[in-house]
Amino acid sequence: MNFWNDPLKVAADWLTGIFVGWGMNDVFAQVLVAFLGVLMLITILMVVDIFLVWIERKVVARFQDRIGPNRLGPFGLIQPFADIIKLMIKEDTTPDGADKVVYNLAPMLSMMSVLILWAVVPLAPVMLGVDLNAGALFIIAAGSIGTLSIIMAGWSSNNKFSVIGAFRQVAVMVSFEIPMLATLLIPTIFAGSMGMNAIIQSQDIWFVLLSPLAALIFLIAAIAELGRAPFDLAEGESELVSGYNIEYSGMKFGMFYAGELLHAFTFGGFWAIFFFGGYRFFGLEKVSPFLAIAIILFKALVGYWVIMWVKYTVMRIRIDQMLAFNWKFLTPVAFVLVMVTALMNALLRDASSWLFITGMLLSNVIVAWISLEFVRSASKKERERVEGVKQVVEAHH
Amino acid sequence: MNEWLYVGLFFIVGLIIPVGAIGVGWLLGPKKPNPIKQSTYECGIEPVGEGWVQFKAQYYIFALVFLVFDVEAVFLFPWAVKLNQLGLFAVVEGIIFILILVAGLVYTWRKGMLEWA
Amino acid sequence: MTAEQIIFLIVAGVTLASALLVVTTRNLVHAALWLVATLFGVAIIYTILNAGFIAVVQVVVYIGAIAILFIFAVMLTRRELRDNTPQLNKNWWSGALVAVLTFVGLAFLLQGWSGFSKTAAAIPSGFDAVAELGNQLVSPEAYVLPFEVASVLLLAAMVGAVYVAFTRK
Repeated sequence: MNFWNDPLKVAADWLTGIFVGWGMNDVFAQVLVAFLGVLMLITILMVVDIFLVWIERKVVARFQDRIGPNRLGPFGLIQPFADIIKLMIKEDTTPDGADKVVYNLAPMLSMMSVLILWAVVPLAPVMLGVDLNAGALFIIAAGSIGTLSIIMAGWSSNNKFSVIGAFRQVAVMVSFEIPMLATLLIPTIFAGSMGMNAIIQSQDIWFVLLSPLAALIFLIAAIAELGRAPFDLAEGESELVSGYNIEYSGMKFGMFYAGELLHAFTFGGFWAIFFFGGYRFFGLEKVSPFLAIAIILFKALVGYWVIMWVKYTVMRIRIDQMLAFNWKFLTPVAFVLVMVTALMNALLRDASSWLFITGMLLSNVIVAWISLEFVRSASKKERERVEGVKQVVEAHH
Repeated sequence: MNEWLYVGLFFIVGLIIPVGAIGVGWLLGPKKPNPIKQSTYECGIEPVGEGWVQFKAQYYIFALVFLVFDVEAVFLFPWAVKLNQLGLFAVVEGIIFILILVAGLVYTWRKGMLEWA
Repeated sequence: MTAEQIIFLIVAGVTLASALLVVTTRNLVHAALWLVATLFGVAIIYTILNAGFIAVVQVVVYIGAIAILFIFAVMLTRRELRDNTPQLNKNWWSGALVAVLTFVGLAFLLQGWSGFSKTAAAIPSGFDAVAELGNQLVSPEAYVLPFEVASVLLLAAMVGAVYVAFTRK
C-alpha cells in the first residue's frame, strides 16, 4: 500500500501514528483523524462551491447569449471571491417580529443538509465515505432536514412572501419525494443493496441502459427537490420577490445560495452514482484513486450541467400544474415502472445478459409509450373542454 | 467502531462550517439598525396586517397523501434489497402491496382531492 | 463509563428535555420544532443500537413527513399561534399519579431482567440487517400477512383523510 494507491489510508495511518506518539488514546486518535478528514473534505467542498458560483454564472451567460463575468482575473475567475467578500461585509439584518433563534438556525440547517449528503458519496474504490447499508434512503433523510430548514426560514421571517414561498416549496419538495423514492427502488432492485458502493460495483452495465425511464424520473424529481426552474415557483420573482429567503441578507443569504448550488452539484453526482456507474469508467478507476475522483467529479459536473440546461431553457410552471404533474403522472408512472421492473427482474434473472438488457429496455419503452398515450388522450380532452368554454363565452358576446 | 460515528462527524462539521461563515459575516458587517431597515419587506410599501396569511386546506391533503406513500416506499426498500434472492411469490406480494395503495391514489383522484381548486 | 455510554446519556437527556419542552412551550410552531428535536434524538439512539436502517426511516417518516404535516396543520388551523389557555387542568394530579405508577411498575418488572448486566452478542460480520428485514417481510413463515395488512391500513388512512376533507368542503 503506497500513497499513490490508497492516499487516505496512508495519510490517516501516518497522522494516527503521530497522535499516538504524543501519548493520545488509540481510539481517540482515530476519531480525531476522522474528524480532520471530514473537515478537509468539507473545506474542499466549500472551495468547489465558490467555483460553482462562477460556473453557474458563466453557463447562464452563454445560454442567454452573454459573456458573463470576465473582468476580474482570467475568464473572471476571481469574481466569485469578490461575491463572497461582498456577502461577508454586508449588514446582517433581522426583520421586525422575526423569531430570532429559528431565523438564525434555518440557514445553518439548510447548508448542513447539503454537506451531510457527502458522507455517503463514494469518491473512489478506496474512499467510500461511510458505506451505509441504507445509503439511498439517507439522501431522502438529509432532504427532510432541508425541507424543515425551508419551512423554518419561511415561518420565522414574519413576512407574507416568505411564508407563501416556503409553503409552496415544501409542498413541491414533499410531493416529488415520492417519485424519487420509487425510482431509487429500481437501482436497489438491480444491485440488491441500498449501499452506494454496492450499487456502483454492480453496474457492469450502467443502470441508465437498463432503466432510462427511471433515470429520467429521478432527474425530474431531483430538479423539483432542488427548487430549480421549471419548479422554482417558490421564488416566483413577479409575485413572491424571492420566496422563503426574502428577509435574509449577507452571509445568511449566502448559505442558502451556496447550499442550493452545492445541492445541485451533489444531485448531479447522485444521478451519476445511481445510473451512470459512479466512479467507474471502463476500468480506469482501478488505475489510481485520483483518476476515480476525477471521473466521478466529471460525471457530477455533467449532471449539474444538465440541471442548469433545464433551468435556463424551460419556463416556470404553476403550482397546480406542478402538483397535478407529480400526482397524476409521475407518481403512477414511477410505481408502475417499479412493478414492471420487479417482475421482469424475476423473469429474466437467469437469462443471458443481452436478453436481460433488451427485456428491461423494451419494458421501459413500453411503459413510457403507454403513459405518453394516456397524457395525449388527457390533453386532447382538456383541449376540447377549453375550446367548449371558449365557444360558450363567444356565444354570450 | 460504529460507522454512524463518522456520519455524526459530518453532522458536526456540517454545522461548524456555516456557523463559522455566518459568524465571520456578523463580525465584519456593519451594525446600524433602524426601524425602517428592520421593517418587513413588502416591495417598499408599508407592511399591512400580520405576517401570516390564510392557506388553502389543499396543502394539508397533499401532505397526507404524501405521508401514506412515504411510509409505503419505506416498506418497499427491504423488499427491493432482497428481491434478487426471492422467488416470483415475493415479487407478487410486493406488487399487491403497491396496487392496494395505487387504488387509494385512484380514489383520491376520483374524489377530486388532487385538484388545486 | 465508556464513550458510548456518555454519548447515550447526553442524547437521552437532550431527547427527554425536548420532549418536555414540546408539552410546556406555548408557541405551537416551537412545540412542533421541539418535537423534531425529540424525534431526531430517538434516531440517534437507534444508530447507537446499530439499527441504521430504522434510524434513517425515523428521520424520513417522522421528521420528513409527520413533523411537516404537524407544522402545516398548526399553520392552517390557527390564526393565533400562541396558546393562552391554562396548561394544567384540575385533574393534573391523577395524570401525574398514573405516570409515576407506570414508571414504578416498569422499574419493578425490569429489575429482575438479566439484559442489564449482559452485553449483547456481537453481530456476525457480513450480516445485512436490511436484507434480513426484507426476507422476514415477505416470507410466508414470518410477516407476510402484517406486511400486506400494513398496506390496507395505509389505504384506510388515506381514504379516511380524503373522506373527512371531502365532507368539510
